[in-house]
Amino acid sequence: MYATRARRARPEPFAVHPGIAERLGLPYMDGSLALSAAALVAFSVFTLAQATKHDVPGSPYYYVDRQAIYGVLGIIAMYLLTRIDYSRFRELRVGIYTFLCVSISLVFVFGFAARGSRRSFELPFFSFQPSELGKVLLVLALAGFVIDGARSGSDWQRTVRYLCLGLAPAALVFMQPDLGTALVFGAITLAVMYVGGVRWTHFAVIGAAFVAMTVAVLVLAPAVGTPVLKGYQEQRLTSFLHPSADPSDAGYQQNQAKIAIGSGEKTGRGDRATQTRLNFVPERHTDFIFAVIGERYGFMGAALVLSLYALLIWRALRIVTLSKNSYGTLVAGGIAGMLLFQVFVNVGMNLGIMPITGIPLPLMSYGGSSVLATFVAVGVLQSIHMQARLSQKGRFAW
Amino acid sequence: MYLRSDERGPAMNKRLTVRLALFGGIAVALFAILFLRLWLLQVLDGEKYLAEAKNNRTRSFLTSAPRGKILDRNGKVLVANRTSLALQVNPRKLPVDPAQRHAELARLAELTHSTLKRLRRTMHEELKLAPAAPVTLRQDVGHDLVYYLQENQDRFPGVETQRVFVRAYPDGTLAAQLLGSVGEIDPKELKEPRFHGLRPGDKIGQEGVEDTYDHYLRGRPGLTRIQVDALGEPTPNGRLVSKPPAPGDNLKLSINEEVQAAGEAGMAARGLPGGFITMDVHSGEILALGSFPTFEPALFTRPLTQAQVEETYNNPAAPLTDRATAGYYPTGSTFKLITATAALESGILTPSRSIFDGGAYTVGGESFKNAGGAAYGSLTLVPALEVSDDVFFYTLGAEMWDTGQLQHWAHAFGIGRPSGIDLPGAVEGLLPSQHWRNQLYKEGNTERPWSVGDNIQLATGQGDLQTNPLQMAIAYATLANGGTVVTPHVGKEVTDAAGRVLKEFAPPPQRHVKINPATRSVILEGLHDAAQGASGTSYAVFGGFPTPVAGKTGTAQRVGHADQSWYIVLAPYPNPKIVTAVTIEEGGFGAESAAPVALDILEAYFHKHATASAGPNGGSPG
Repeated sequence: MYATRARRARPEPFAVHPGIAERLGLPYMDGSLALSAAALVAFSVFTLAQATKHDVPGSPYYYVDRQAIYGVLGIIAMYLLTRIDYSRFRELRVGIYTFLCVSISLVFVFGFAARGSRRSFELPFFSFQPSELGKVLLVLALAGFVIDGARSGSDWQRTVRYLCLGLAPAALVFMQPDLGTALVFGAITLAVMYVGGVRWTHFAVIGAAFVAMTVAVLVLAPAVGTPVLKGYQEQRLTSFLHPSADPSDAGYQQNQAKIAIGSGEKTGRGDRATQTRLNFVPERHTDFIFAVIGERYGFMGAALVLSLYALLIWRALRIVTLSKNSYGTLVAGGIAGMLLFQVFVNVGMNLGIMPITGIPLPLMSYGGSSVLATFVAVGVLQSIHMQARLSQKGRFAW
Repeated sequence: MYLRSDERGPAMNKRLTVRLALFGGIAVALFAILFLRLWLLQVLDGEKYLAEAKNNRTRSFLTSAPRGKILDRNGKVLVANRTSLALQVNPRKLPVDPAQRHAELARLAELTHSTLKRLRRTMHEELKLAPAAPVTLRQDVGHDLVYYLQENQDRFPGVETQRVFVRAYPDGTLAAQLLGSVGEIDPKELKEPRFHGLRPGDKIGQEGVEDTYDHYLRGRPGLTRIQVDALGEPTPNGRLVSKPPAPGDNLKLSINEEVQAAGEAGMAARGLPGGFITMDVHSGEILALGSFPTFEPALFTRPLTQAQVEETYNNPAAPLTDRATAGYYPTGSTFKLITATAALESGILTPSRSIFDGGAYTVGGESFKNAGGAAYGSLTLVPALEVSDDVFFYTLGAEMWDTGQLQHWAHAFGIGRPSGIDLPGAVEGLLPSQHWRNQLYKEGNTERPWSVGDNIQLATGQGDLQTNPLQMAIAYATLANGGTVVTPHVGKEVTDAAGRVLKEFAPPPQRHVKINPATRSVILEGLHDAAQGASGTSYAVFGGFPTPVAGKTGTAQRVGHADQSWYIVLAPYPNPKIVTAVTIEEGGFGAESAAPVALDILEAYFHKHATASAGPNGGSPG
C-alpha cells in the first residue's frame, strides 16, 4: 500500500517498461494545477446550469452545453500542449508575434460587431476572439524576444523595445475597442519584463509615465475636448468610486453586484437568489459571474472559488522557479501575472473595489475564446513543468 | 514557494529569487484583499445587503377598499358607494420619444379638459411620491371617454382606467353638512397620528361624520406584493403576498332620516338661511341636524369646476357651514329658560313672586321696552313665560347684573363652551360676562365696562351673546331631564358588513347640574302655556298639535340684519323625550318661521312614525 503510493508520487526513473500513465506523461504533469483548472471550469458549468436556465428562451442549457464543450476542448488542448516542448515557441516567436498582430487587425476588417465593438470572428458554432488567445501568444512571443535580445543594446534600449513589442498589440486591442483586454496585454508585458530582469528604476519611470497618462486621459483630454476614452469607458472606470441608483448607470451595476454578493451571506441564497436571477446584475454569465457565485453559494462558495484561483496561481509561480531554462521562467511568469491580474481585477470589480473594465474571470466566465485561451496557458505551464521534470529525470538518468 | 534545492530549475539565480519572492508577496497581498473584502460584504454586512436585495425586487400595489356605508338609526342608507372609473397614466409605458410623449400628453390634456402644464405638474408630483407607479389623472371619468380611449388604444399607450370607489348619496343633499365628504389626504394631515400608515393620495373623510368616524369607515386597502425584475416587470409566479382589501365598517347614525327630511324640507320651504337640531334629552342622541342652504355632497366625488368652486366656497350664503353647530347667533327670548332657572335657583325669584310690567324697564336713564310695545301689568313667572314678557326678565337680569348668577347657570347649561359633539367644526360661541367685558375694557378693546344693561340684554338673549341651536338644545335638555348635561352625538354604532354591532357609542354626560325639581316643573309649565296656552306666543302654531309640548319662541335682533326667528320645543310635556331647536336668519318673529319648521319636525317624529311602526317613542307616546 505504502509502496504503491510512493511509486505514484515519485515515478521510478529507471522503469524499463513504462506503464500507461508514464506513456501519457501524467507523472510529469502538475496535478494540482490541472485539477484546480478543471475544478474551476466545472464550477462554472455548475453555476451556469443553475443561474441561466431562463436566459435563452427554449433552451435552458444553452450556456451550460457550450461552456461544457469549451471546457472539454480546453482540457484536451491543455493536454496536447503538455506534450509539446514549449521551447519550440521561442524559435517561432516572430511567427507567433506576426500571427498575433495580424489576427487582431483582421478583426477590424472581418470582425463581428457586438455592442459597438469588433472583437471576434463569427465562425460556425463559435465566435472566435483573437485577442483572448492573443494573451498567451503575447507571453510566448515576448518572452522569446526578451531572451533573444538579452545581450544587445543598452538597458534602456531593451526596456523600450519590450514595451513597444508589448504595447503595439495592446493598442490594437484598445482600438477595437476593448479596454479590458488591452489592460491585460499591458499587465503581461510588465510581468514578462519584471521576471526578465528589467531594472527597478525603469519600472519607476514606467509607473510615473502610467500615472501621468491616466491623468491625461481621464482629466486633461476631456478638459481640452479631445477625449481618448469613450464616455461609457470613462464612466465604467470611475464608477466604483461613486455608486449610483440610476439603473442606466455603470455605478448602479456595480452597486447591484455588491448587493448580490453581500446578500449571499455565509451560505448563499441558492434558488432564492434574486439579484442575479432577476437581472439586477447585468452580464451575469460573463463578467459578473462571481456575483452569481457570491449570491447563490455565499461566502463558502465564493471563498472556495478564490481558493482554487490561489492554488492555480501558486502552482504557476512554482513552475516559474522549476523551469529548466530562462525562457520557461519568463513564460510562466507572464502567465502567472496574466492570471493574477485578471482574477484580481474581475473579482475586485464584482466586489466593488475595482473599476468595470470588461475583463472576464478566467475559466469561470462563459466564453469559448477565454476558456480555451486559459487552458492553452495552463497547458504551456504544464509543458514547462513536464520539461523540468524530464530534465531532472535526465539528470538522474544520465 | 518552498522548494527543495534539488527541485529548483537551473534558470534560477539570486536576483530572480528575490523578484519571484516579491511576486509571490504581491499575489498573497492581492488575494488577502479579495478575501477580506468578501468577508466584509458577506459575513459582516451580509444582513444589510440581504435587506437591500429583498427591497430591490418587490413592488407593492394597493387596491383601495370601499368605505363603510353610513346609515340612519333605522338602517336606511344615507351614504353608499358606487364604482367609478379613474383615468391613469403608466409612465413606464408612455412613448420614450419626447415628441410622441408630448403629443400624447397634449391629447390627454385636451380630453380631460385640463392643460398640458397642469397634467405634467400632476404627473411630476405623483411620481415624486411613488416612482414608476401609475398616476391618476382624473377621477370618475365618463364611460364615453373610457370607450373612446379603448377604441383608440394605439394612440394612447400607457393610458389605463382603474375602478375606484366613490361616495354615492341616495338622498341627494340630505344631511350634507352632517355627513361631510371624502377627499384626498393633504400633506399636513399625513403627519397626524390618527392617519398613521396612510399614503399620499389616500382618501379620508373631510368634515362631518366622515371625518369623525374616518377610522371605522376607512377600511384597509388590499396589498399585492409582486416580485419584479430589474426593469420593474413582474416575474412569472412572482406573486408574494396578496391580501384582499378589507371594506370599512358601516356607521349607524342616531339620525332619523324622516325627521331629518322633514326638518330640511321645512327649512327649504322658508328659503332662508338657518339651522335646526332634534336631540334626545336623556341620551344626547341627535335625531336630526341640518342647515340651510345646503349643497350636493356628490359634488366632491369629482374635480370641481371653477363655477362650482365659486358656488360652494365663495358663496356668501356659505352652504358648507353647519349653522346648527357653527352658527354665532343671539337667541332672543328662548334664553329666558336659562334666566328663569338662574333666578329661581339663586332665590331672587319664586314661582309666586309678581313683577310689575309697565311696558318698559328703566335703569340709569336707559329704557328697555317690551317687544311690540305691550304692557302686561303684574305677572308671575308662568304667565310671563307664556306671553314672553320682556320687562319681567329685564328686571331679573338687572337684579343679577353683578352677581354672576345668570352667567353661572348659562355656563352650566353649556352656553359659550364646547359641547363635546362628535362633529368637527362646532363652535364655542360667546357668553358675555362681567369679567369678560371688563377684561376687554382694560385692554382697550371696548369703550365701556360691564353694566346693568349688558345683563338685561343677556337675560332676554340679546346683546353680545353668540350661540347656536346645538348649545340651546343642550340647555333645554338639561332642564328637561332634571340636570344632566348630555354629550350630543350623531354616531350610534359601528357594524360590520354582516350587521353585527362592533362598537356602540354612548358618550357619558358632560356633567350634572343640581336643579330643584320645582324649578323644572314651573318653567316647563310656563313653556307649555307658551306653546299651547290660549295666549301663548306660539299657540297659533302648536295650539292644535295633539301631543302636549313645551316651547319657546325667540326673536333676536342682529345688527345689520332683520330679526332672527328662533323656536325651541320640548316634547312631550310634562316628561320630554326630545328637544328641537330651530333658528332662521331674518325669519322675523319666532312663531312666524322657526316654529312652523319645528312643528314639521315634531309631526314627522310623533305621527308619521307612530303610524308606520312602533315609533321612536317606544309605542307609548306622551
